[in-house]
Amino acid sequence: MCTMIATQIQIAGTGKAGNGWFVLREANVSYDHPFEAPFDHALNIDFVNESLGPGARVAVELDVASARTLVETITAVLAKADQAGVLGE
Amino acid sequence: MQYATNQYEGMIAETTLIPGHNGELIGAYVARPMGPGPFPAIIVIHHMPGWDEWYREVTRKFAHHGYIAVSPNLYHRAGHGIPEDVAAMVRAAGGVPDDQVVGDVAGMLAFVQALPHCTGKVAVFGTCSGARHAFLAAARTPGFAAIIDCWGGRVTMEPHELTVNQPVAPVDYTAGLECPVLGIFGAEDSSPTPAQVAVLEQALKNHGKTYHFHMYADAGHGFFYYDRPAYRQTQTMDGWKKIWAFLDQYVGA
Repeated sequence: MCTMIATQIQIAGTGKAGNGWFVLREANVSYDHPFEAPFDHALNIDFVNESLGPGARVAVELDVASARTLVETITAVLAKADQAGVLGE
Repeated sequence: MQYATNQYEGMIAETTLIPGHNGELIGAYVARPMGPGPFPAIIVIHHMPGWDEWYREVTRKFAHHGYIAVSPNLYHRAGHGIPEDVAAMVRAAGGVPDDQVVGDVAGMLAFVQALPHCTGKVAVFGTCSGARHAFLAAARTPGFAAIIDCWGGRVTMEPHELTVNQPVAPVDYTAGLECPVLGIFGAEDSSPTPAQVAVLEQALKNHGKTYHFHMYADAGHGFFYYDRPAYRQTQTMDGWKKIWAFLDQYVGA
């Protein structure tokens, strides 16, 4: 935990891990050491369901540029869906 | 340490449960040389990625060099699974509480000092967050003979970095440290930066503590980890030489 920059949010959705799909309850967003990506630090997102234990986890580790592009893309796609009148909330 | 080809050598290594903070049983990996000893000991504190294979290997490495090595699973209470899944859960929770870590490490110290095949001299080793925990535990727990701090991040902390789990910067406990410190750092590390290492060094100096710091050029965070791009072979081999010499001097082998 060398930066301790981590935030948890509640989410609704599903995620797919090695054992198939499972219900997602939380997303943990951090900027800290990645486990696998070849960077000192990464923007890490763990989509999890803590009630199912540590293994209920879909993980991504992104470099900063990729993380920023992802955020912009998500926002842009949601805006397009909104403009098309198909955004269900 | 030089081995003769006709020399007997044996080791026992296994997982077990040892009382930690508040007497709660937590997982520990214990490796020790075969034979009656007595052997010095070392508590081996894992890094942020968890109680993983690298820490298993390092625990056995210390045993190979003549130490009873005890590596506690500081994430035991988060549940069980593959190390990185457990570590990710702990990361989301803001890390493990410092008080709990100190209790867990104190439990390991009491366990190993009670062994009839232990000399009673016990060092503590850690890397990354494990080095922070090692410093914290050694400063708050009497009885350690030496501490090895390998690129411990957040040993010095700004007020805005303090949290419920980590309410006090470890450097603020420097006065309580009773044992010498070996510091192994990389000049290109961003946590700790060379400037943060200098703050720690100044604190040790101000309190009249014995320390040996080594700042390696062309090395960043975690440069011992052979499975990461940060690995630096030359610096790593020299770092291990420094560790063995330090342990020989202050703990015995």
